[in-house]
Amino acid sequence: MSARSFIAVLGVLAVVGLLVFGLASKGSSGVAVGEVAPDAPLPQLEGGGTESLADYEGRWVLVNFWASWCIPCRAEAPALEEFQRRHGGPRFTVLGIDTRDLSGDGRAFVEKYGLSYPQLRDGDGNAGDEYGTTGVPESYLVDPTGKVRLHALGPVDEEYLRNEVEPWLLKGQS
Amino acid sequence: MRVRLVLVAVLAFAALAPVAAAEQRASLVEIEKQVMCPVCGTLLQLAESPQALREKAFVQRLVEEGRTEAQIKDALVAEYGEEVLALPPDSGFSLSAYVVPIVAFLIAAAALAAGVWRWRKAGGGPKDGGTPRAAGPSGEDADRLDADLARYDL
Repeated sequence: MSARSFIAVLGVLAVVGLLVFGLASKGSSGVAVGEVAPDAPLPQLEGGGTESLADYEGRWVLVNFWASWCIPCRAEAPALEEFQRRHGGPRFTVLGIDTRDLSGDGRAFVEKYGLSYPQLRDGDGNAGDEYGTTGVPESYLVDPTGKVRLHALGPVDEEYLRNEVEPWLLKGQS
Repeated sequence: MRVRLVLVAVLAFAALAPVAAAEQRASLVEIEKQVMCPVCGTLLQLAESPQALREKAFVQRLVEEGRTEAQIKDALVAEYGEEVLALPPDSGFSLSAYVVPIVAFLIAAAALAAGVWRWRKAGGGPKDGGTPRAAGPSGEDADRLDADLARYDL
């Protein structure tokens, strides 16, 4: 193969490689039920530290993506807080992730609804993209080994938490 | 002489002050043309979603606080990440967004020039530098052409 042909083939391979990379990175469809949940560290909404899902290994975690500008998130916040008060502890927690939101607005939301569960910040929305969220709110129940057991699109309510989430926690106790 | 100097200084200040002020003063209208609504994926200027309205209110508050355009953009990047900028920053890896098209254009232009040069060198163009002449038919083809033309002679 002549040097010219080699350069041409190299150029074509580079273009094809870029196209494949572009399609692969666009085509990631997030996490499905049964798969391991992403656990990249995120900054805490209040305070300067970072946390990740890995910090909750050994606990059931209800990961809840929300934003202060999202109206359905306002509707579900009291139900989540109530569920946390009843079940929160060494075996379970709700973990809020404030996504594509202003941190000041997020903190005001937490204060307004008296949310006591831990809150992380996902300002650029990358964590939401990794999970494959299509909007807010969305929730994922993650088991103590880090696998997703439930995925709720849209707001969760008391009935969903009691009928869908609670059985997993009770199953985990027995 | 002294009066003239003072007059020149006052005029220079009057001419330059608005320019300096314009560089410093930020406005919501200008900034929303340069940043994105991260949820909608459009320019903030075109977005009317609840998130966009909060973002506009945030920018307006910073404008009223007297922040410069650069400071406001930095604050937006701190909140939403670099994707909030409509144009990537001209530093670090993002600089490649500006440099790569220029380099690609220069390489393409150089390759084209080299190709033309080699073609000309290989005798691709007219020898005398004039307009290239088409080679006519010869031999049997020329005879047949003459015969055909003779048959249709008007």
